[in-house]
Parts: sequence; structure tokens; C-alpha cells
Amino acid sequence: MENLNSYLIVSAILFAIGTIGVLTRKNVIVMFMSIELMLNAVNLTFVAFSRYLGNLDGQIFVFFIMTVAAAEAAVGLALIIAFFNNKESIDVEDVNLMKW
Amino acid sequence: MFDNVWLIPLFPLIGFLINGLFGKKIKNEAVIGAIGTLAIFASFVVSCLILMQMIGLPAEQRVFEKVLFPWIHSGNFKADMAFLLDPLSCVMIMVVTGVGSLIHLYSIGYMHGEEGFYRFFAYLNLFCMSMLLLVLGSNMLVMFIGWEGVGLCSYLLIGYYFHKKSAGDAAKKAFVMNRVGDFGFLLGLFTLYWWFGSNHNIWTINFVEIKAASHLLPYGGVVTVATLCFFVGATGKSAQLPLFTWLPDAMEGPTPVSALIHAATMVTAGVYMIGRMSFVFAKSPDTLLVIAVVGAATAIFAATIGTAQNDIKRVLAYSTVSQLGFMFLAMGVGAFSAGIFHLMTHAFFKACLFLGSGSVIHSMHHALHKIHSHDDAQDMRNMGGLRKAMPITFITFAVSTIAISGIPPLSGFFSKDEILWMAFSNQFHGNVNIYLWGIGAVAACFTAFYMWRLVFMTFFGDCRINPTAKSYLHESPLVITIPLMVLGALAAVGGFIGVPKILGGLNHFEHWLEPVFETAHEYSTQYAHHGAHPSHSVEWTLMILSTVIAVIGIMIAATMYVKNKSLPGRFVATFPTLHRAVFNKWYVDEIYDYLFVNPCKAFGQFLWKGFDVLIVDGVVNGVANTVMGFSGIFRYMQSGYIYNYAFSMALGVVVMLGYFIFK
Repeated sequence: MENLNSYLIVSAILFAIGTIGVLTRKNVIVMFMSIELMLNAVNLTFVAFSRYLGNLDGQIFVFFIMTVAAAEAAVGLALIIAFFNNKESIDVEDVNLMKW
Repeated sequence: MFDNVWLIPLFPLIGFLINGLFGKKIKNEAVIGAIGTLAIFASFVVSCLILMQMIGLPAEQRVFEKVLFPWIHSGNFKADMAFLLDPLSCVMIMVVTGVGSLIHLYSIGYMHGEEGFYRFFAYLNLFCMSMLLLVLGSNMLVMFIGWEGVGLCSYLLIGYYFHKKSAGDAAKKAFVMNRVGDFGFLLGLFTLYWWFGSNHNIWTINFVEIKAASHLLPYGGVVTVATLCFFVGATGKSAQLPLFTWLPDAMEGPTPVSALIHAATMVTAGVYMIGRMSFVFAKSPDTLLVIAVVGAATAIFAATIGTAQNDIKRVLAYSTVSQLGFMFLAMGVGAFSAGIFHLMTHAFFKACLFLGSGSVIHSMHHALHKIHSHDDAQDMRNMGGLRKAMPITFITFAVSTIAISGIPPLSGFFSKDEILWMAFSNQFHGNVNIYLWGIGAVAACFTAFYMWRLVFMTFFGDCRINPTAKSYLHESPLVITIPLMVLGALAAVGGFIGVPKILGGLNHFEHWLEPVFETAHEYSTQYAHHGAHPSHSVEWTLMILSTVIAVIGIMIAATMYVKNKSLPGRFVATFPTLHRAVFNKWYVDEIYDYLFVNPCKAFGQFLWKGFDVLIVDGVVNGVANTVMGFSGIFRYMQSGYIYNYAFSMALGVVVMLGYFIFK
């Protein structure tokens, strides 16, 4: 693992793509996918550091994150379905009731 | 029996509670009236028993203090709920409960069918309780409770017809004016308490203790200040110049109230208070002079107004103010027992006069009501010739009028003559005496004039009431005429307990009150001018003179209102300005409006619109508006769109990261 930087750069690029996806896309499912992308970018960082430092803690964290992400995907998709049932749309611009 | 003195105020209190709490449920007028009347009558019986016992005792043992329970004990300050029985309070409880019982009885007939019958009797009982506390209290604080209590009841009863604006206004006026006086009372109380405490370490408000320590008081100085403050209290309660204007307006209340509160009892509280503290007042010749002058001035001032009023009750109201002036004149010339004597005889004849006028109004009202006329039932111009329709009312009324005019041998003669004699012959006011006597004598002449004017206009001559209504005029029922007859009899013979020595009497009344006032007389001899005592022949002359003056007043009234009825009109035409001034009560109300009421209102308006609305509300609303302004800006951050929130989150992360990276 001489080459930690390249892993980190890939991870940063993935994270940035995910962030931009969340911020710019209107489709909730695409946003959801972007969030997964961000999570996996973080996972990549964890694994890279774990390998670089010879410490397994990071990889254990990754397992946790994957578990949580799976659960989150389930809940999130359920929310999207519920939302679609109400508004006939999964466009994030229609989620506009959360204001004063 | 002395030990049971607490029963006297207790009975009316019970009556008040029963009628006040359950009167609405009882509904039956006979039951409510009986409860109210029996309550005060029970007090009257107890008072009689106490009087009997006191008469049996030697003069020096006639002081008894009954401590019911300790009330406020705090440091040096000590006030018990305690009652003081002495000859003075004995006279007062007899008058209050005796006249009170008769007026309660009368009210059963007079208030028949009125809405709020139970309320009337509840208030009346509460009034009696307060008045009895006032006269029985053995310290100034208990007296003050009674003092405020009677003021409250006066307010409630003046405003009894509260749906009438004029009644509500009159009630407020009485209450506010009394507050001014009460403030003086409190200041006097504080001054006296503080002076005794700080100079002699005697912290007391108890009358007996103050009397025992009164020799320590200086002549004049602080005593003048304290007594003048007390006197301000007395002018408020007893309707003297300059605080008298509430009493004529108080006639808005039902007539029994006018008789009980605004003639016989409450308004005499100021006189009683001066009598109760005579040993303090006697220490200040200046205050006594002020009292005498104010009393004489009020007597003549109110008497002149009384000559031109047409409302039967208003004439009597001004007459009351004037007679109270006589009582204060007596107090001011050191004739304390003469003042109390006049208080008692006045209670008899003035209560009778008021109740008689109530009987007339009752009958007039009934007659006018039958023919659906809206003529004023209290206006004497609508009356006339009533003596045939109402013989009992007429006779009792006439007897009381003779009494108040000062014709011997009726009660008013003895008491008023005593006052005039003392005003002339007292040894305290030097050259002022002759003026005091002169003003008093002229006021007495006016009294005779306006009272007989009232009698002639009401009971004599042709009936000016609508001829159809005339047939409905009738004598009042027995429940109304019995009190009239009793009071009329008392007004006739009540004076005989105070027949002066010169007429061969023993002056029992003065003798009876001697132990109460002897300390005061002791003090006042210190500054008396020991000139030559006026001789008996002078006293005889003055006595005959005052009778002649009264007769002159009656003759003038008879000439103007019976023989030559065009005279009053010609008089008005000759002196239009004078008549207008007197008819409008010398414009005192207007002057007070201009001097006090309107500035107070303007100041209130300023405090409301200037201070409250602008400053107080301005600060509160300003704070709220500022917060709203800021939140109006910040609320745009909450767009409701998820991506906006997500963006601000991301931005925040970037900023934080940037901070850590580039710091």
C-alpha cells in the first residue's frame, strides 16, 4: 500500500460526485443512489486506511456502514413509496411542505 | 351584660350573611324583611340592657373595654378586636340600633316589590354592623374598619338603582370624596401613633391608653397637624365644606337609606370621632377654631342652597349638611356634649323628615304611576295640599319640622340653642364668638325658612298634581307610619333629657357625657380667656332671640308660600343672578369639575394615551415587532425544499473543513 493517495483521491472524487448528485438531481431515487455513492466513498477511505495502518478497525466500521446502509435503503425506499402514493411523484421539488 | 357587647355588631352581621347569601333563594319579602329587622332589633335590645346597666353604675365606673380577640400584634404595634363601652358609645349604639330598627321596619313597606329586596336588607344590615363597629371600636383601627365599612355600604346603597347612570355616578362621587377624607384620617392616625411612640415610647392606638397619656401631648404643634388631618377625615364623612357635595347627590339612593345613612347615623361619624378623641382635639385651640369656622360656614352655606331647591329630598339633604355644620360648630367651641346632643335629636327629627318625605314620594309615585304620568314624584312643584290625603305623614312631618326649626319645647330647640349659646359664650375664640353665633343664628333662620317652605309647598295650598292622579293619593300602610309616629314622638320629647339648667332642667344628657369629656374640658381651660361670664339675663335674651329668629323664618316662609304666592316669583325676577347662583348650588360642583375633576380626567387621559399606549405598550410591542422583523428575514432560509437544506448542510461542511484546512 505505497500508494494511499490514489485511493484517497478516488474516494474524494466519488464523494464529490455523490454530493453533487444529491444537491443537483431532482429525482429522489437518483439522490438516494448518490447518497449510497457517498457512503461507499467513505467505505473506500476506511478500507484504504485500514490497509495502510495495518489495523482492522476500519474494516469493521465498513461492515457496520454497509449494514446501516442496507437498513437505510429499506427505510428510504419505503418512504419514497409512501411519498409517491401521496403525490404521484418522486420529484424532490414536490417535497415542499417543510417550511414555516 | 357588658361582656356581651360583641353581640351588638354580631346580630346585623348574621342578618347580612343570611340575607346576602340566601336572600335570592328565600324570595319571600316578609321573611327577608323580618330577618333584617329582627337582627338590628336584637342589637337594640342588647343596647338597651347595656344602657340600663350603665345607668346603674356610678359615673367613674362607666368605662368598660371588652377584648374579643387579639388581632394584630407585631413588634410594638398592638391592635385588638376590642369594644369600648362608655357613656358616649352608649348614646351612639342606642341611636344607631334604635333609629336603625325603625328604618328597617319602614323599609319593609317602602321597598315592597322592588327588585333586589334581599340585597337592600343585606346591605342595610352590613351598614349597621359597620356603624356599630365604628362607634364601639376601642382603638382607631377597629374604628377605621367601621369607618371604611360604612363608606362601602353608603356606596352600595346610593348605587342601589345601579341601572340608572345618575345613581352610579352619585355612588362613585360619594366613594371618591370619602376616600379623600379617609386619607386624612389615616394620616392623623399615623401622626399620633408616631408621635407617642417616638417621643414617649408609648406605641398605642387604643383610645383609653391615648386618653391616659394625653397629658403628654403639647398644646398646638404636632397635635394641630394630627387633629387637622382627623378633621379632614371628618369633613369627608360628615359632608362639611369643602367635601360636602357628595351628600346631596347621595339622594339617588332609596329614601330609607337617606334617612339611616345620610341623615341619622353615618354622616354623624365625623362628629362622633371628634367627640371620641376630644381629649386630643382639646389640646389644639387652632384646630378647634378651624372646626368651629368650617362648621358655621357649612351651616349657613348649605342652608342658603336649601332655600331654592325643588326636589323634596335635596332640600332635606342640604338641611342635613347644614345641621351637621351646627354639630361641628358645637365641637369647635368645646361644647362636645351639646354637639352629641344635637347629633341625637337630629337623628330623630331628620330620620322622621326623611321617612316622611319617603312616604310622600311613595304615595306620589303610586298615584303618578296609576295614570302613567312621567312627572317627577320628588318635585315639590308637583305636590301641594297633601295634608288631607296623608294626615299621619303630615302630622309627624310637621312635628319634626317644628323641632328642626328650633321652636320650644321640641327637641331641636334645646340642642340648637345650647350650641348657639356655647358659640356665643365659650371662652376660647375671643372676638370670633360673636360671628360664630351670628352665622349660626342666621343659618337657624334659613333652616326655619326652607323647612317651612318645604312643608307649605308639599302639604298646604292647592293640589298641583294631576286631578286624576289625586284620587289615587293615599296614606301609607302602618309599617311605614309606625316608624314615623315613633320618630315624631321622639323628635317632640327627645329634647327633655337635655333641658339646660337655666330653664329649670337638670341637663341629664350633659351630665351623662361628663366623664367622657371632662379630660377635654380640663385641657381647654388652660387656654381659655377668663373674661366675665355672660350673665343669665344674656342667656335668656339669646334664647328668646333664637326662638324669635326661628319664628321670623317661619313667618317669611308663610308669607311667601301661603299668603302671597306671587312673592317668590317676584323675588326671582328682582334678583335673577342671586337666584340662579343659589338654585345652581353656588356652582360648587361646576367649580370642582373645573378645578379637580377635569384636570384629573385630563391627567388620566394623558397617562392612558401618552404613557400607557405610547410608552408601556410601545416597549412591549416594539420588542415583539423587532423579533418579528428579524424572523421575517430568517424565515426565507426555511424554503421547504430538501435540496436547499442539503445544500446548506454541504456548505456548512465545506466551510468547517476549509477552516480546519486553512487555519
